[in-house]
Amino acid sequence: MGLLAATPAQAQRSSLILATTTSTQDSGLLDVLVPLFEKKSGYTVKTIAVGTGQSLALGHRGEADVVLVHAPELELQYLAKGTLVNRRRVMHNDFVLVGPPADPAGIKGMKSAAGALKKIAERGALFLSRGDQSGTHDKEKSLWKAAGIAATGPWYIESGQGMGATLTIASEKGAYTLADRATYLAFKRRIQLVVLLEGDAALLNIYHVLEVSPARHPRVNAAGGKAFADFMLSAAAQEMIKTFGVGKYGEPLFFVGGG
Amino acid sequence: MELIWEGIKQAIWLLLNGDPEVLRITLLSLQVSTVATGVSLLVGIPLGTLLALARFPGRGLVVSLVNTGMGLPPVVVGLFVSILLWRSGPLGLLELLYTPTAIVIAQFVIALPIVTGLTLAAVQQIPPRFRLQILALGASRVQLLWVLLREARLPLLAAVMAGFGGVISEVGASMMVGGNIRGQTRVLTTATVLETGKGNFDVAIALSLLLLLITFLVNWALTWIQQRRRV
Repeated sequence: MGLLAATPAQAQRSSLILATTTSTQDSGLLDVLVPLFEKKSGYTVKTIAVGTGQSLALGHRGEADVVLVHAPELELQYLAKGTLVNRRRVMHNDFVLVGPPADPAGIKGMKSAAGALKKIAERGALFLSRGDQSGTHDKEKSLWKAAGIAATGPWYIESGQGMGATLTIASEKGAYTLADRATYLAFKRRIQLVVLLEGDAALLNIYHVLEVSPARHPRVNAAGGKAFADFMLSAAAQEMIKTFGVGKYGEPLFFVGGG
Repeated sequence: MELIWEGIKQAIWLLLNGDPEVLRITLLSLQVSTVATGVSLLVGIPLGTLLALARFPGRGLVVSLVNTGMGLPPVVVGLFVSILLWRSGPLGLLELLYTPTAIVIAQFVIALPIVTGLTLAAVQQIPPRFRLQILALGASRVQLLWVLLREARLPLLAAVMAGFGGVISEVGASMMVGGNIRGQTRVLTTATVLETGKGNFDVAIALSLLLLLITFLVNWALTWIQQRRRV
């Protein structure tokens, strides 16, 4: 049975491990980008979609060759440790604050995300956190910090699950939650949650690609990792990212370039 | 309810159209779980028989461990197999993590105690007097084992079904050691989790129904073998 016969030496050179956040997979973006990269480069990509916190940890330990994540502050910590290197910006979109259409905390019309969270906390309206060290969770924590609120109490609940599952739970419970726009758009027609606050500069969601340092982890496929990172910034990939989702959702899910 | 109906329609559509992706996922599920169950039978049946017939100090402890292992949580197996197979782990050089072989290893670990425990129970329920009679008739040890396993084949087939059912339906270990990689290690259960995560509930339901259908067909075949008129 060929199943058990894959030779390790071959696997070492011809495949690379990409650790990434769930939103790039759940939105379907990687389903179009990875095959193109595989065709162009000859590498086989093992995409492990586990969330930003775990992706960075896997890269840090040398268990992945390249990571694609969205938690700028957390990324800087790993850069400082020297295990992850060559961080480059790939694309961005934004987070949106969503909640039940009735908007019990009355945040609609507000401009500041931190201000809106403060109001939710003051009113004791139900807020559902990812609670999973993902990029979205990281962003949410920084917003609570900016609001000067210690988010605890019966109104603050944690799902510990991915963005899709969290949106579904928030919808069922009539809770507010922070979501990346790509996943929200993908779920929009199945949930009873509306966008109540968007456009705050603090809600910018930036995706970076980071390579794993071969100096710290001699066994990583550094060439493969670099090839993937380079590909993500190539004109062909950037063009695909820019137009991805327009046909299905009427608007792009990700943007490239500055902004 | 409408969603479930949509899922059933989607499942039929996927089946009739022979969607290559779904076909590949289904075949991989079958292949991985069949190999894992097969290997666990090769190890578990002799081991269970040995435990049933042999008497040695600490046997009670070993049997308790096997029985506990029958409820081994797949995520726990997944975690430990992952750590063993990590590049930095003791078996890292084999580069097996995120391959179908890694899933086979994890599922083997899950199925082994089930097969061993049920074999043990199956062989032990044969009255000792029967064993003595066979030996009195001049049977060799190998012949005795053969007769015992033949005698226990109904519960042994139940062990096969329980082992296979346990591994084809688990998701925790497959997700962790396989990574749910498209075209490489995506199996029916991990694909169902992914499609649910994507919000494609109809596809998720279709995959679930496929999984149930396969499990049913395999168990049906095994039950048919089990319930054939005994010779």
